[in-house]
Amino acid sequence: MKRSKTMELGVGLFMLAGILGLVFLGLRVSGLSLSVPADTFTLQANFANIGGLKPRARVTMAGVNVGRVSAIELDTDWYDARVTLELDGALEGQLSRDTTAAILTAGLLGEQYVGLSPGGDPETLGDGDTLTDTQSALVLEELIQQFVSNMVRD
Amino acid sequence: MIPRVIALGRHGCDLLEALGRSGLFLAQSALGWPSREGLYLWLRQMHFVGVLSLAIVLVSGLFIGMVLALQGYTILIDFGAEQALGQMVALSLLRELAPVVAALLFAGRAGSALTAEIGLMKATEQLTSMEMIGVDPLRRVVAPRLWAGFVSLPLLTVGFSVVGIYGGFLVGVEWLGLFEGSYWSNMQASVDFIADVGNGMLKSLVFALVVTWIAVFQGYDLIPTSEGISRATTRTVVYSSLAVLGLDFVLTAVMFGGLS
Repeated sequence: MKRSKTMELGVGLFMLAGILGLVFLGLRVSGLSLSVPADTFTLQANFANIGGLKPRARVTMAGVNVGRVSAIELDTDWYDARVTLELDGALEGQLSRDTTAAILTAGLLGEQYVGLSPGGDPETLGDGDTLTDTQSALVLEELIQQFVSNMVRD
Repeated sequence: MIPRVIALGRHGCDLLEALGRSGLFLAQSALGWPSREGLYLWLRQMHFVGVLSLAIVLVSGLFIGMVLALQGYTILIDFGAEQALGQMVALSLLRELAPVVAALLFAGRAGSALTAEIGLMKATEQLTSMEMIGVDPLRRVVAPRLWAGFVSLPLLTVGFSVVGIYGGFLVGVEWLGLFEGSYWSNMQASVDFIADVGNGMLKSLVFALVVTWIAVFQGYDLIPTSEGISRATTRTVVYSSLAVLGLDFVLTAVMFGGLS
């Protein structure tokens, strides 16, 4: 069996390039991070209407990513949407009790995400607490309906 | 009437027999622990099937990524959503185009060559001579080629995606002036590693199995004449292309169609 070193080198480089490519797809394209998942804590928030919010959506504060939406379910006590937020562990015990959560839209047609705004209460939120002050998603149909009914009234 | 039914029955039996023969053939050649010699043989086939296919796959990937970005940009800009270009290019490449186009190119570039090579070995009675001297042609000739195909097509698919996404970056960002940050960040926000990259790789593994299986079996099973070789080579390309496109629909329906 004749084997040339260049052929072995070629196959080795080929396989290495494939593995590196997969790493590129993981890190650069799908945005995985190599660091171990940092400790997180969860908060609950009830929204009257979540619009198009989906699990895995971003949670931001002042535009900075601080966590993600981990679950969305229907709260059958109040018939509104119960959204579970998974936030950076560094924020545990830092957010004041009257922090507000709003469902915002990135751009006109972009994805929806949750924006937190800080409050002024000296008491802070811990793991599993519920945000009481929430603002629902902007649903275009409702806005148009309001606009039309206002026009009719005038 | 009766002769037609008989002919139909004969076709059915032939089809089942060929399926059974090819299944046995796959099991006999792909299973089994490789010897040291087998590893060398596999390495040689990896060079031929994988490394030498790299050029055509990467060049096609670059152009497909560039075209996707160009077409996508002109459509998305009508909606003011050109920021979603990275997302569009990456998702269409990872989920569909890279596995399918790489498999089609692979069938044309490597599959046909495998069929012709094994077919010529059979026509010149090299395979029979091997059996005569006590070497199993399934393990000596077929198994290294099968395994080289299984391993190299997924690697080629990864290369196709990476180069395609880079091609989209070249056209979208460098040429058309899209903001670089939105290209990558929209992509990262929408691509999921397991659901998109993982399922694309799974597709590619299935296609690798099917394409190399068809190519090698057609070569091993052909009528050992020059006409038989040419027919088998054509059949390899036709059957593997059809199998890839058909299976792609089924796999997409299962993976992304919410049919589970």
